[in-house]
Amino acid sequence: MSDMVLSIQNLKVDLPVWSDRAHAVDDVSISVREKEILCIVGESGSGKSIMAKSILRLLPEPHVRVSGGSIMFEGNDLLDVADEHMRFVRGGRISMIFQEPMAALNPLMRIGRQIDEIIEVHTSLTASKRREKVIALFDDVRLPEPERILTSYPHELSGGQRQRVMIAMALALEPALIIADEPTTALDVTTQAQILHLMKDIQRRHGTSILFITHDFGVVAEIADRVAVMRYGKLVETGTVNEVLSSPTQDYTKALVAAVPSMTPRHRPSERPENSILVINNLVKTYAARGGVFGGKSKAVHAVAGVSLKVPNGHSLALVGESGSGKSTLARCIVGLEQSNSGEILLDDINIAGLSRTELRPYRNTVQMVFQDPFSSLNPRQKVGDIISLGPMLKGTKKDKAWEDARDLLCLVGLDPKAVERYPHEFSGGQRQRIGIARAIAMKPKLIIADEPVSALDVSVQKQVLELLDDLRKSLSLSMLFITHDLRVAAHVCEEIVVMRNGVLVEQGATANIFSNPQHEYTKALLAAVPGEGWQQRS
Amino acid sequence: MQSGRLLKYIAIRLLQAVPVIFGVIVLCFLMLQLAPGDLATVLAGESGGASEAYIAELQARYGLDKPVLVQLGYYIKNIMMFDLGFSFRHSANISELLAERMLATLLLMGSTLVLSLGLGVLAGLLASLWVGTWKDHVISIVAIIAYATPLFWVGLMLILAFSIKLDWFPTSGMEDVVQFYEGWDRVVDIARHLVLPAITLSLFYLALYARLMRATMLEQRGLDYVTTARAKGLNERQITVRHVLRNALLPVVTMAGVQIGGLLGGSVVVESVFAWPGIGQLAFEALFSRDYNLLLGIFLISAILVVVINLIVDVIYVLLDPRIRVGS
Repeated sequence: MSDMVLSIQNLKVDLPVWSDRAHAVDDVSISVREKEILCIVGESGSGKSIMAKSILRLLPEPHVRVSGGSIMFEGNDLLDVADEHMRFVRGGRISMIFQEPMAALNPLMRIGRQIDEIIEVHTSLTASKRREKVIALFDDVRLPEPERILTSYPHELSGGQRQRVMIAMALALEPALIIADEPTTALDVTTQAQILHLMKDIQRRHGTSILFITHDFGVVAEIADRVAVMRYGKLVETGTVNEVLSSPTQDYTKALVAAVPSMTPRHRPSERPENSILVINNLVKTYAARGGVFGGKSKAVHAVAGVSLKVPNGHSLALVGESGSGKSTLARCIVGLEQSNSGEILLDDINIAGLSRTELRPYRNTVQMVFQDPFSSLNPRQKVGDIISLGPMLKGTKKDKAWEDARDLLCLVGLDPKAVERYPHEFSGGQRQRIGIARAIAMKPKLIIADEPVSALDVSVQKQVLELLDDLRKSLSLSMLFITHDLRVAAHVCEEIVVMRNGVLVEQGATANIFSNPQHEYTKALLAAVPGEGWQQRS
Repeated sequence: MQSGRLLKYIAIRLLQAVPVIFGVIVLCFLMLQLAPGDLATVLAGESGGASEAYIAELQARYGLDKPVLVQLGYYIKNIMMFDLGFSFRHSANISELLAERMLATLLLMGSTLVLSLGLGVLAGLLASLWVGTWKDHVISIVAIIAYATPLFWVGLMLILAFSIKLDWFPTSGMEDVVQFYEGWDRVVDIARHLVLPAITLSLFYLALYARLMRATMLEQRGLDYVTTARAKGLNERQITVRHVLRNALLPVVTMAGVQIGGLLGGSVVVESVFAWPGIGQLAFEALFSRDYNLLLGIFLISAILVVVINLIVDVIYVLLDPRIRVGS
């Protein structure tokens, strides 16, 4: 047992009485060995983050508190040691990296000072020595221009840079263990690949152990030595990464592994129908970035810089790109939420670019949108029935008929028709997204624009929602423009893919071709960045 | 780099203030025309009535018989030359009168601001550190009472308790004129006069800032960056002082900036209660004696004051929050 860095025994964490279950973590025993990366995998609500926080006693007490078990680390039970010793362990012996680096950094403090601080409280080094150390750390996590970053504020860095800063902070005192709580979930695919690579590299060079929490089996395949699967606060399965990924013993693990979207595109008919529901020619959308608070010199940002594409009737086209690529702006232009500067948007051969709101109204129901965040896209004060039937009622359908239709639509998307009488907050994320889909098809559209419809959902729920979209598309012969940052998801539902970067399309083609023979460097980089890519080529 | 932009920003803001203030003048001038009666009727009324002809003569003498727009034109022309006109009631040049009274008001507002912000932030901070304990409850209850009590009543009660019963502070005025104090003695005398009005005017704002500070402190303490700070091994004092405090101050500064205009309004009441010779009291008198020239001057100076203070608050905000960028 001497190679154990951290050993958690029978840990129990209580939730407040008003929550849906009594224990966030229920009798979990788990240990991290020297120099290993242990991945804890689970869906949201599995208790994985709470368990990680309880190690450093960072739980929001008194509502959520540890009620039993022990956490042994370097000969002490961390649940039992004095506060002063706990502070010595925090940052000094065990450090932590969080999911959203923007929120995890103090917005009003310079980066250099935020890292300097951890060295200051744990050592007696002088200010100049600490500064040297911080710069060495920046070098270690491959941050460019250390002098500039030292005096920057968090908002002046990119997401990837901020997470590198967090990693530098975690490394500062060469801790025995780093706890990383979904450190790449908020990042773009290519940035995620870089950060995972960096963490693995650092773990190897420094011999640190890492407890890595994630919901993504792709990430697990990429980084883990051992895996522990959690559900409802209990440990489902543990084993080496190969055991768990290739021969899981528990049904839940099997289901989770099977839910990871495969890199192999589905077989699709390759012939393209003559007509296209949507044709975009040379579309340009430019934002005038205001120079100062009051004008100043304005400079133009080309969000969409001359994009041409076609969505053939009954087809599904994936628009793939990372944040800032202009994919959402393009979608907003198509549904008329933004006015494009030039170019054509032919919807059923009618150019809708440049139409005013009133002129656009007759065409509104042709295109419907499914939004990314199922939590903010449904009005919390409206019943589900109202949400779905409001559109048809505006078009002249009688209320009784519209509600009757709403019930049928809920059946169609796999929900109980009685749901019409309930409010959105009573549903889970996946169910809400189904409501969002029902709302979109209630208008009997010809084209659905789905803007990252599954990126806010757990992997297992993702799969169900994708299947639903695919089935509906076929049975209702809809066309779909599917916007995503995840090539795996695109492969799952779309016949064709266009890859967008910095406002322009860099590559387009049939899904199978793009995957087997990518032409553009950026497409290749995106494919290489898919977490667990090697493992994905299984079967 | 940032400071150069900041200066440019200040210059732009000052330029923008010109049309704002011009608008205020025109609007106030026209609105005052809607009020019944003018200086001539008031003068006539005070001398126990007068014939129509005498009133017409008075109106002609003060230029009140000209068309409204012509009067407005004259007024604006005079302002351009920094001439605010003459107050016939006070038999004094309005610019000089305002300058003298402005000092008194600024003194009162400044001490109120320091008092309410300083003590309010401190009380809110302590309440948030003691959250849920009896000390927190005491602070919260006192704050609610202070928040709900009318200004003039607080003023009267303070006079009753501290001036009349205890005789610690003078009841009214800004200084003891008959004593002819000079130098340091005069400063002490004014300070003694200042205590009660400043406390009266601060109390409401103090309570507001205390409540706001407590709420934002508690909100900020639950945010991720505080968890990061705790995970770094900082103790609670370091977390509060280094991380939470500055973040929690931002909303309080915003609120204080918005309310400085209101402070000017509140000073009318307090200046009347304590006979503090400031702008507020002057406005009160000018209104009742239909001294519209003087009233316009007061509006003008108040508008300038609010514009300048808003600018100062914005600049402070830029210095406090690096996320706000000015200039290109």
